[in-house]
Amino acid sequence: MSSTFDTVAKIIAETCDIPIETITPESHAINDLGIDSLDFLDIAFAIDKAFGIKLPLEQWTQEVNDGKATTEQYFVMKNLCARIDELVAAKGA
Amino acid sequence: MRLEYFQLLDRIVELDLANRTIRTEATVPLESTIFQGHFPGYPLMPGVLLLETMAQTSGWLIIALTKFERMPFLAAFKEAKLRTFIPPGTKLSASAKLEHEGSGYAVAQAEIRVDGKVTCDCDITFRVVHFPAPDLKSYMQKEAERLQFPMGAIADG
Repeated sequence: MSSTFDTVAKIIAETCDIPIETITPESHAINDLGIDSLDFLDIAFAIDKAFGIKLPLEQWTQEVNDGKATTEQYFVMKNLCARIDELVAAKGA
Repeated sequence: MRLEYFQLLDRIVELDLANRTIRTEATVPLESTIFQGHFPGYPLMPGVLLLETMAQTSGWLIIALTKFERMPFLAAFKEAKLRTFIPPGTKLSASAKLEHEGSGYAVAQAEIRVDGKVTCDCDITFRVVHFPAPDLKSYMQKEAERLQFPMGAIADG
């Protein structure tokens, strides 16, 4: 998780020009860091490439829109990193 | 190429789904109302339309890869370079390679060559969604016929 967090925080900092020290595991990518949907495409692209995965953004968006999930479940940094770790583990299984 | 109708491609000449590449051709028209303002006495193909030419080329590749189930919408250009002036009558050869197919988005690298020389290139990000309107899907299928889209490549792919 910590190395995943470091990698994702670095991606966000570089992509969105956000000071990396302001990004914490509790940061909400949208509400706290102010990342918009277009910037998040760049972040997803960088995450996909860095971890060799495909973040299921469409599924997450659909679940949030349907009220089956909250944005916190996917877009708070610690939760996002946990999802990434799950996807990486699933890829290697 | 019909600039006023945003029909910037004349035909799709190569489509390789395995390597996720496409090549298209188009000839800049000798006359267009656009050249009355861009520029008087010195007509040039507008750079934004060259970018659109690369976007449409990349877009057809994404449509092919999603078997006409999804429509790419332009989201971002990066590292766009317009290296030379393109006057009326120029024959363009545009190509694109899909760099990444994400969930709901795609990233392509595209370029335009004239006489074999790269004249424009850029990275393009698209939002890729299910067709939001039946009329749009019908229009794209009709456009595919005009562009000689190789339907067999989809059936085989």
